[in-house]
Amino acid sequence: MLRLEDAVIRNGEFTVRADWAVDGGARVAVIGPSGAGKTTLIEAIAGFRPLERGRILWDGRDITGDAPGKRPVAMLFQDGNLFPHLTVAENAGLGLRPDLRLNAEQKARVRAALTRVGLAGLEDRKPGALSGGQQSRAALARVLLQDRPLLLLDEPFAALGPALKVEMLDLVAALAEETGATLLMISHDPDDARRIADQAILVAVGTAHPPQPTAALLDNPPPALRDYLGET
Amino acid sequence: MADRAQPVSGAAGVGAAAFVAALILGTLAAVALRAEPGKGLGPADWQALRFTLMQAALSAVFSVALAVPVARALARRRFPGRAALITLLGAPFILPVIVAVLGLLAVFGRAGWVSQALGAVGLEPLRIYGLHGVVLAHVFFNLPLATRLILQGWQEIPAERFRLAAQLGAGPGAIWRLLERPMLARVAPGALAVVFAICLSSFAVALTLGGGPRATTVELAIYQAFHFDFDLGRAALLSCIQIALTVIAASLALRARPGGGFGAGLDRPVQRWDANTTGLRLLDTGAIALAALFLLLPLAAIALSGLPGLPQLPLSVFRAAATSVLIALGSTAILLLLAVPMAATVALARHALWVELAGLLGLAVSPLVIGIGLFVVIYPLADPFALALPVTALVNAVMALPFALRILVPRAQAVIGDYGRLGASLNMGGGPFLRLVLLPRMRAQIGFAAGLGAALSMGDLGVIALFADTEVATLPLQIYRLMGAYRMEAAAGAALLLLVLSMLAFWIFDRGGRWHAEA
Repeated sequence: MLRLEDAVIRNGEFTVRADWAVDGGARVAVIGPSGAGKTTLIEAIAGFRPLERGRILWDGRDITGDAPGKRPVAMLFQDGNLFPHLTVAENAGLGLRPDLRLNAEQKARVRAALTRVGLAGLEDRKPGALSGGQQSRAALARVLLQDRPLLLLDEPFAALGPALKVEMLDLVAALAEETGATLLMISHDPDDARRIADQAILVAVGTAHPPQPTAALLDNPPPALRDYLGET
Repeated sequence: MADRAQPVSGAAGVGAAAFVAALILGTLAAVALRAEPGKGLGPADWQALRFTLMQAALSAVFSVALAVPVARALARRRFPGRAALITLLGAPFILPVIVAVLGLLAVFGRAGWVSQALGAVGLEPLRIYGLHGVVLAHVFFNLPLATRLILQGWQEIPAERFRLAAQLGAGPGAIWRLLERPMLARVAPGALAVVFAICLSSFAVALTLGGGPRATTVELAIYQAFHFDFDLGRAALLSCIQIALTVIAASLALRARPGGGFGAGLDRPVQRWDANTTGLRLLDTGAIALAALFLLLPLAAIALSGLPGLPQLPLSVFRAAATSVLIALGSTAILLLLAVPMAATVALARHALWVELAGLLGLAVSPLVIGIGLFVVIYPLADPFALALPVTALVNAVMALPFALRILVPRAQAVIGDYGRLGASLNMGGGPFLRLVLLPRMRAQIGFAAGLGAALSMGDLGVIALFADTEVATLPLQIYRLMGAYRMEAAAGAALLLLVLSMLAFWIFDRGGRWHAEA
């Protein structure tokens, strides 16, 4: 279980408050107007932004002061998720060992993960020689190998076309299902949120609200969300 | 961003910066303590100070004044080879001074091409030794630099301003008053100060083309006090004067940085609708052609006069060449060991200011002053002459450090900005991040910096002149000795060899950095 206890995160002039918990294995969309602090919230959970106040706990363990790589977190950023000078297999292998000193068994696991995401045979390509969708798959293979219980997505598929984005989100959902990981994903598209996430966190006016059932939140949006969604 | 979100540690860079600072400030302190002010400055010393200031001022004025028409022509004309010419303007930076001096002698010397042409019509040959020659060589080296600085000023005028001026019907005169003159008023003082500062610590040019009581720079006087009189106290006193000169000049150059510009444009390509008259076209063509000739003729002269000397090069030249290659390799290794960690530390914004300042210290001291300081420090402990080669490699590396950092720091910042978080989220420690991400992604810049360092070290004629006994010589020093023995053909041949080695050293490292580099 992920718990944010009376947390205040500062990003320059504005702050985001959060005081709630997400159950283990849940799939949660983070929605809200631009600039409200969705990325700030995710960055704090990932360890890239210190808390001004409060604590972050994972399964009761305080991770507030842990370095990003020491947290039970795998994260996909908006862009720059792959090292362009490393091959697909190397990029994925970083999920197992960040120094890439892999033994035969680990190399086999890398191949298996790449096969699982549909990249069999492309192990030796560099990211530049892959399509956008294939690049996303390579990053997901690494997430699979990282095998962290909490997966954070900061809109990594925003640059893909609508059909490809849906395909990737379905793959993410399937992978989260297989590994039992808890998923937190920022989303700008209510349909994506409905499709993947059973719960949603609304970030608006300096507060990240507790998770609610996605359908209920979107069907009966509070004013801040209604303005953002542009519904009548 | 929080400190803990960075994958690399800054410790190595801080260590390297501390080493550089200790080396430079330590040698300066040693020089200051060793100086013997009791004797005061003699008339010859005052003369050296006057000559240093005068030649630097003249060199700065001529370089910048001549650079203005060349830069203007390059700014408002587009022609095939323009990009190549602008690249060529960067070449004198890695051109060994002694090679350029021999080339200038072949063109402007007493027996040179110009003098021969003058003789054919019954005129006196040119005299290159003395003030003229020193200024000529300094203009050769700094006209390209000044042109690049001023051209940058022209290119910083946004295309929108020229479009607006054209729409208002402004001709060349109006554009000069509206845009170009204010730009020059901003840029030219900086260019003057930079060239002045560079020429203040001129050693190799003064050594080869100056000399004598009337054409001795302070740097040359340091060398003479040390080398001929072995008067360490006086050499140290003169070094203190040189330190004061460089510090004043460096602060002038920093203060003369242009402030306030023309505002931002939208980076549209600059199009010029003015300056289309035949007269202006001829003027610009002439400026570009003359500048190109001035830069290329001495190089062509080296190639032409060096070729016949190549087959008869004495063995001593090849020994010296091998020594120079070794020093260049050692110096490049030291340079990278210092510069790469320092660049990473600056990019992490950890102690960035102090590390950057330490990196700039090399600009504030002259190699001869560091050489004298190191001699003072080493002398009680070991035989400094036995350490001539390592000391030369070390000083060369420290002198190249400011330039290497300018190449490496922006790239390190970009790599850490782009991939620092990904590395941190993957729990990459400092070692793996360095090995797997930072170094591979900085390869091209590391290669370029190494190439510059190797070429600068290969062509350097400075500290080695202080420390070398007759047994040891680098190739530039050997060329100087051949010139001193009036063996000009062998000197020209050796200069051609040095030119090829320097360019090769640059090319191999630079190329190596980009070899198989993808993405």
